[in-house]
Order: sequence, then C-alpha cells, then structure tokens
Amino acid sequence: MRFRSHEREFVASDFTVGFTRLQRRREGTVHKGRLRTAAVTSLTLIAATLTGCGGDDGGSTTLSYFIADGPQQDVAERCAAESGGAYSFDIQRLPNNAAGGREQLLRRLAAEDRSLDIVSVDPPFMAEFANAGFLRVFTDAERQEFSNGVLQGPLEQSLFRDDMWSAPLYGNTQLLWYRKSVLQKAGVDPAAGPVTWDQLIQGASSAGVTLAAQGRRNESLMVWVNALVASAGGSILAEGSQNVPADQVKGELDSPAGTAAVKVMHDLAISPAAPAGFTTAGEEDSRAAFQAGNGGFMVNWPYVWAAFDTAIEEGSLPADFKNDVGWAAYPRIEAGTPGAAPSGGLGLSISAFSDRQDLAVEAIRCLASPQSQKEFMISAGNPAALASVFDDPEIREMFPMADEIRTGMDNATPRPVSPYYGDVTGSIQAGFHPPDDLNPQTTPREANQLLEDVLSNRRLI
Amino acid sequence: MSITTSASAASQDAPVTKPARRKVRLTDRSRHERNLGWLLAGPAFIVMVAVTGYPILNAIWLSLFDYRLTDPAGRDFIGLGNYGMILTDALFWQQFGITTLITVVTVAVELVLGFALAMVMHRALYLRTPLRTAILVPYGIITVVSAYAWAYAFSNTYGFVNPMLGLGEFDWFGGTWSALFAVCVAEIWKTTPFMSLLLLAGLAQIPDDYLEAAKVDGAKAWQRVKRVILPNMKAAIMVALLFRTLDAFRIFDSIFIMTAGAQNTETLSFLAYRQTISRVMIGLGSAVSVILAILVVLIAFLFLKVFKTDLSQARGDRK
Repeated sequence: MRFRSHEREFVASDFTVGFTRLQRRREGTVHKGRLRTAAVTSLTLIAATLTGCGGDDGGSTTLSYFIADGPQQDVAERCAAESGGAYSFDIQRLPNNAAGGREQLLRRLAAEDRSLDIVSVDPPFMAEFANAGFLRVFTDAERQEFSNGVLQGPLEQSLFRDDMWSAPLYGNTQLLWYRKSVLQKAGVDPAAGPVTWDQLIQGASSAGVTLAAQGRRNESLMVWVNALVASAGGSILAEGSQNVPADQVKGELDSPAGTAAVKVMHDLAISPAAPAGFTTAGEEDSRAAFQAGNGGFMVNWPYVWAAFDTAIEEGSLPADFKNDVGWAAYPRIEAGTPGAAPSGGLGLSISAFSDRQDLAVEAIRCLASPQSQKEFMISAGNPAALASVFDDPEIREMFPMADEIRTGMDNATPRPVSPYYGDVTGSIQAGFHPPDDLNPQTTPREANQLLEDVLSNRRLI
Repeated sequence: MSITTSASAASQDAPVTKPARRKVRLTDRSRHERNLGWLLAGPAFIVMVAVTGYPILNAIWLSLFDYRLTDPAGRDFIGLGNYGMILTDALFWQQFGITTLITVVTVAVELVLGFALAMVMHRALYLRTPLRTAILVPYGIITVVSAYAWAYAFSNTYGFVNPMLGLGEFDWFGGTWSALFAVCVAEIWKTTPFMSLLLLAGLAQIPDDYLEAAKVDGAKAWQRVKRVILPNMKAAIMVALLFRTLDAFRIFDSIFIMTAGAQNTETLSFLAYRQTISRVMIGLGSAVSVILAILVVLIAFLFLKVFKTDLSQARGDRK
C-alpha cells in the first residue's frame, strides 16, 4: 500500500516535469539525457506496478478452502474454532454449477496455483485432476481412515487407479418422488414395488400429470444418461478405459443398453407427461414442475425435501404439501433388473501444489467427520457419505426417506471414471440432446462415434 | 458555427487523398520531436506488446499443437492439423452460419432502430438530456446482466413475454429458431443505443442549411431523409456498421447465459470457449480463436477497403 501511494506521488511529479519539458521543447532547449531519464523512470514505474501484487508467507496456518456449497462454510468455522488455533480457513466460493467449478479449479491447478490448499471436487472430475498430477494422493493410513464406514457409491468415486484422491464429504443419489394423490389415476404404485420408466411415462400421461427429469444440456443430462445406460446393464465407456490414452478409449453406447436409454429419453420427451420446457429443465425446473398443479412424478436429488420446506415457509406451497409427497427407489428400465441410481456428491482433495498438505489432512479430519457430515446434511439437505449418519435419530426425523437414500447410494453407479471426463461428458451432452430429437435406431451409434472421435481429436464439440 | 460544420462536411465528401510521400531531411527539431514521441509512447507501446502481442503470438504457436492442459506430457506438434480438422468439421460451418445469421439480423435491425432513435434524440426539443439518458441506459448495462434479464423475461415459468403474447407455456429456449430470436432480441435491446449514438454523431454533422435548402426546394420529409440526410451520413453509418459487425460476430455472453449453447445456438466464440475452457484442448481452442480473429480481420478489411469506410469519422468503443 505504501508502495502504491508513493508511486502515485511520483506520477504526479513526473507529469509536472513533463510539462515544463514540453515548454522547453517549444523553446528548442530539450536535453536528450533528461528525456532518457524520464523514459527510464516510467519503465521502472511500470515494472513496480507489475510486480507490486502477490506475496504469501509459507509458515501461515491459514488454509485456503474452496467450497462448492454454502453450508460448508459453517462447518469450516466450527472446525477452525475447535482446532484451538492449529489452523484457520480462508474460504473461497466456487461457481454454483458443477461445470463452472471444474473449469475454475482446472485453470488454477494447471497453473500450479500455490494459493489452493483444500478443494471441493465433484467426484466425476476427480480422475481428470488426479491423472494430471494436480492432487495429492492420500496415504494408505489416511485412505483407511477416510473410507471407514463410507457407503459404496461415494467410496468408489473417490478412487482412481486404486488410490484415494478425495475424502468423501457427502454422497448423493436420486430418488423417484411422487404425489400420492395422482397414483390411483395413473395406475402405478411405487410404494408397492419397483416401477419402470415405461410404466411411469404411460401412467403420468394417462393421468394428465407430469414426469419431471433433467433434459437440460449440462452435467444433469450426463447424470441421467449414465443412470439409464447403467440401469439397462451397460456402461458409457468400455472397461479398462481409465488406463489408456484418449485416442484409444472405446465407447459402449452402440449397444442394447444405449438403445434402451435413448428410447426412454425420447419416449418421455415426446409424451404428454414431459413438463413444459423439458429440454431446458434442470433440477430446479423439475422441482417447479413437480410442485405445480399437474405435478405427478419426478426423479431428483434428496435436497428437494428440504427445498419443499423452504417453499412452504415462503408460502409458495400449501403447508400440507409434504403429506402428499412419496418417494421410492430410482425407476428401472426392465421390471426384473434393478435400476442404477445416479451417484453424486462432493469430495475434499488436497492440491499437489499446496505448501501445507499435512495441515490440510488434519483439517479434512474435522471437515469430513461424522459430526460435520451430519451438520452438513441437516443444513444443506445433501446426504452424508458415512452409513452411520443415517442411523442418527435427528437425521431419521428430518429425512424420513433416509433408508431409501442409503440403499440408493450403496447401489448407485458413478459416472465414468476417466482422465478425459471433460470430453466424455461434453460428447454425451452433445449426442443426447435435445431428447425429443433422439432416435433409438441411430442415436446410440452416432453418439458413440462422436464420443470416440472427440476423444481422439477428430471432431469438435 | 455554420461555417465550420459545412467545412467539415465538405471535407468528408472530398475524396481522401494521401499526402504524397517525399523523402525530407529531418531538421534537428523534428528529429527531437520524433525521439520525444517514441520516448513518451515507448513504455506504453512495450506494455501493449507484452499484454496483447505476446498472447496473440503464443496462441498462434499453441494452435500448432495437439495439447491438452491436463496431459502436458502428451503435447505433440501437429503443424496445421488443428486448422484442417476445424475447417472440415460440420459443426464449425454450422456455427459459422449461426454466427453470421445473428450478426446480419441484429446489425440490420439495430441500424434501422438506431437511426430512428438518433433522429428522435437529434430532433427532440424538450427533455433532451433525460431522453438521451433513457435511450442509453441499456448500453450501460453489463451484457451478462441484460442476458439474465431477457432469459427471465422469456422464461416459460415466470417470464412476462409469454403472458403478454398469450403463449401459455411456450418454451422459447426449447427450439433453435425461438431461442435465436430471444438471443437476438436481447442483443438488439442492449446495443441499439451504441448504434444510435454513432449515428447521432453523423446526424449532428449535417448542416441545417442543407435541410432548409431542401425544404425551400419543396422536398418532402422522406425525400429529405433519402436525398440529404442519408448521403451525408454515409461515413458515420459505415463506421457504426463496422463497429457493430465486429462486435456482433464475437457474440458470446448472451448465448452463454440464455441457452448455454443448447439447441444449436452455439456461435464461433462458443466453439472456442468449449475447446479451450471446457475441454482444456489448448491447441485446438487456440486454432479456433485464431480462425475467429482472422474472420474478424477480414470483416474489418471488407469494410475498410471494399466499402471505403473512413475511420476518422467517429471514435468509440464498446463498454
């Protein structure tokens, strides 16, 4: 700061000097030497301005913590207080949407930004970061510690090439939500047993209600495609594609599972059960459609349960709305094959370029502790990654669907683990959108070709 | 006053003649002046080269590589491979078409609307300042903010456009044409004031004498516009068109906010963004950016050389 005011003073005096010089020039008495001094002075000033910023002392106990969800901050503040001064946090907020968070972290980490210590990484992006050497791998002992009691879905997505790169903070899975009042008219009863997408589309259409899913061209679409393909017994990428260069990765969409997935998406998109604006609907649009007068069914994350409360408090929903809401496991493709629910969540990783990695591990012990996960689940509505949290009486009281969430997370299928995930999700989003234009005969082959071409740098997306 | 304006108008009409180049021995004084000029402008010049020249050259260099930011070891020199791939990709040409369409439509509508607004601002007898301020407000709004405002306006759940037009739950962003329409509306609303400002400058330079003389000769209002105002404003119109075309061709913000590129509404800037930022394919993304830059230069060249736009007519920049 002192630097800067000094500099400003200098500029002002330089200006006066320049002015007198201008007068002298008119009189034809200017001296070359003095002119050079002026130029050198301005150059020095510019150099001073350019180098004036930055600077961080290495011995600090302040950890930078990049958060993706507001309530992470409350937990962090408690942890810092409990640490008795061992560490404190400099909280930085990542963009709200998953893709925005990925892009910011990717840019900073690729530039080996040393101001990052703990980063919140959306699980599908972890492999990309780990492969590029951006993250610090957890030691065997730490891995043991952070995977103890963690549900299968969140655990799987924190591993890449059999190493742990993220400590699971929370997991996530989608459920089928329904309005009890429409069941009879629709002729389906998810409470009685598993239902299929076909049953739901037909039931909702005949009852004149909507079946909301996320048809928007962003990461939500990828979540849906992956869940459908996995529910049909397939996968987006061929096995072993984690370990091969990008141009050798093979897709598996041109398969019966790919066809089944496309069929469900297209059938729903062109059916009367598709809510208005289906091809642009994200999670919040789905919730709005479900809450509307003709709402019937929806697949969505459990945060909606807490969001209903907020809407009730705000008066945009009747007080007894939640009495009409039921939930069940994610729909199936075939009645006899269990559905593979989407898997989401958030992991805490340590930057490979951090100077305070040990301290960061220490902090993560608190940030991802059972107590923290429980607090986080209550404030954000996002399910804990630890199985034990679901037995907590307070959680069971707040989340009557705790058992369904836990089962869903144990059976959830993570999105493809790939060091080139950005290309994978980009191609899927391009190939499977808009859902109402898909064709079960041609889309699987075309989308698969697009995926492989993009990965081997032969096509643009 | 009238002498100076007509003089400047006359000088516009006169063909631009380049002063003949002659080798003159510089006097001591002019050499000093020249040195002083370099010494004063030098530091700024160096900074300019550092902050714009270096990245441009670096982008051109990077565009010759197959280079993924997350895989620095796999960096391969592939010469013009990226360019060949881009120029033979159907997506590139489709987005080139969309970009051109948006540019032509928005600039054409803006020219007509901007001209009307410029006339209003020029002719207004009362409340001139409030009127001009009101017209300029949209231009003062950040593009991302205006894009959000229009995205909400066209939203089928809480927007005002559908109720106003009685369209029910019509999803503007669910189809290519309707989404492009919404994007164009947002762009036109946002940048028409800029166009009208440039045109107003041209309008103000037409001496009243010309119009009075035309009136005395019995010219009707339309004839005055067609025969007197427009020909005298040609230079200003060309400059306004040039600036707006260059801007419109690089459209990104509105589309990013309103459709995020869905429904085939992606433009060339979006293509560069997706390859560079989302896919971190630095080489490929740089190549798209270089192509985009070349196209922009071509547009500028077209205006300057083919349409003979005189840039000294008006000065101004976006934002």
